[in-house]
Amino acid sequence: MITKRIIPCLDVKNGRVVKGTNFKNLNDVSSPVELAKYYSECGADELVFYDITASYEGRQLFTDILKEVASQIFIPLTVGGGINTVEDFDRVLKCGADKVSVNSGAVKNPELISQAARLYGNQCVVLSADIKRVDGQFRIFAKGGREDTGIEAIGWIKRCVEMGAGEVVVNSIDTDGVKKGFDIEMLKAVREAVNVPVIASGGAGSAEDFVTLFKEIPDIDAGLAASIFHFSEVLIPDLKVLMKENNINVR
Amino acid sequence: MIAIIDYGVGNLFSLRSSFCAIGQQVKVTDDAEGIRKADKIILPGVGAFEDAVKKLKKTGLDTVLKEEAEKGKPVMGICLGMQMLFERSFEYGCHEGLGLIKGDIVPFEGKIDASLKIPHIGWNALEIKEDLPVFRYIKNGDHVYFVHSYFAAVTDETVAKCEYGTVFTAAVGKDNIYGCQFHPEKSGQVGLNILKGFCELGG
Repeated sequence: MITKRIIPCLDVKNGRVVKGTNFKNLNDVSSPVELAKYYSECGADELVFYDITASYEGRQLFTDILKEVASQIFIPLTVGGGINTVEDFDRVLKCGADKVSVNSGAVKNPELISQAARLYGNQCVVLSADIKRVDGQFRIFAKGGREDTGIEAIGWIKRCVEMGAGEVVVNSIDTDGVKKGFDIEMLKAVREAVNVPVIASGGAGSAEDFVTLFKEIPDIDAGLAASIFHFSEVLIPDLKVLMKENNINVR
Repeated sequence: MIAIIDYGVGNLFSLRSSFCAIGQQVKVTDDAEGIRKADKIILPGVGAFEDAVKKLKKTGLDTVLKEEAEKGKPVMGICLGMQMLFERSFEYGCHEGLGLIKGDIVPFEGKIDASLKIPHIGWNALEIKEDLPVFRYIKNGDHVYFVHSYFAAVTDETVAKCEYGTVFTAAVGKDNIYGCQFHPEKSGQVGLNILKGFCELGG
């Protein structure tokens, strides 16, 4: 049967990988190409490559770097950041991306999801949802977590899946960077609402947090993290061993 | 030289890069002569079956591919490219394939437990026919990356099986003609090792 996926996320700004706490105070970590190669070789199941400032500053993705990453790694690659049109889909797919993740672009124009799904297939369209609790409600945030859209998250995600999103990345702003574990409550709510793969993001601080995630929500598909992998606080081969010991199906 | 047939569907960047990574000369081409001169031919494919077959036939490269395959040149179809090697597909109707491999392509929907998500996306384990040269660099139980909603049932020509609610054909092999339902170019070192095994085939 299909394995649970472990996905390092490379947030890229000006050609370098960065990782912030609660999306602020970004610190330079390393070269995206070197990191991507390292992860590909050490057992990462997939990579996510985000241009985190693209939607805010209206910048285009650094397609040269993307191409270089895609020419050297041979695991699935998801690209996001500044994806607002089907032309943006086309551009990153031609650079070697397998899936394209939409966030602010879908909030601005939800039709983008159905248009892209028709052109490239649902499996290619990933909805990335940055969610934060506001007044007791799960709320969608846009522009790299900076803007409260006022949109209720669960209803939004259901709508996007109906329009053709083939996968959902749930990034809890409440737990992001805190390193005390994934947002189980939020992830369960999304998992129960849709029947496409759900990827947990935000909050992993240790290998045990991944075990907790897959034990608490057995039908969640993947766990995503950035800094704990980039700073070698959690090594992917060790994480896979721990997961296996806990009877979680891994590659 | 390896020729990857370019007939206007899908993204061939990763496929091309993966052959470069194993030190092979590779050309993405829609030129019949180039394909005839190549040592081996790759038929890629993503998207919908009917559309892809139409596009391939429009280029006339389906005939070139069949003739070269009949001469004994190693051919490998990948993902939808594998499905196109079969006789028919039941994706949105019933459509004729190239007929190089016996059998039909059918949907997962209705054949697997409703709790299983479709498409089948992710890493899954292979059960391989171990003495096959194309698999000489991989082992039974190795994982590869799948993305598909339709599959071929297991037949005599199945050389690797996989299970997702049902046991299906992960790879097919008949003489010099091979097909992978999974994406070797996205399956890490295991995928590269399968391509390496294929590149070393005679013919």
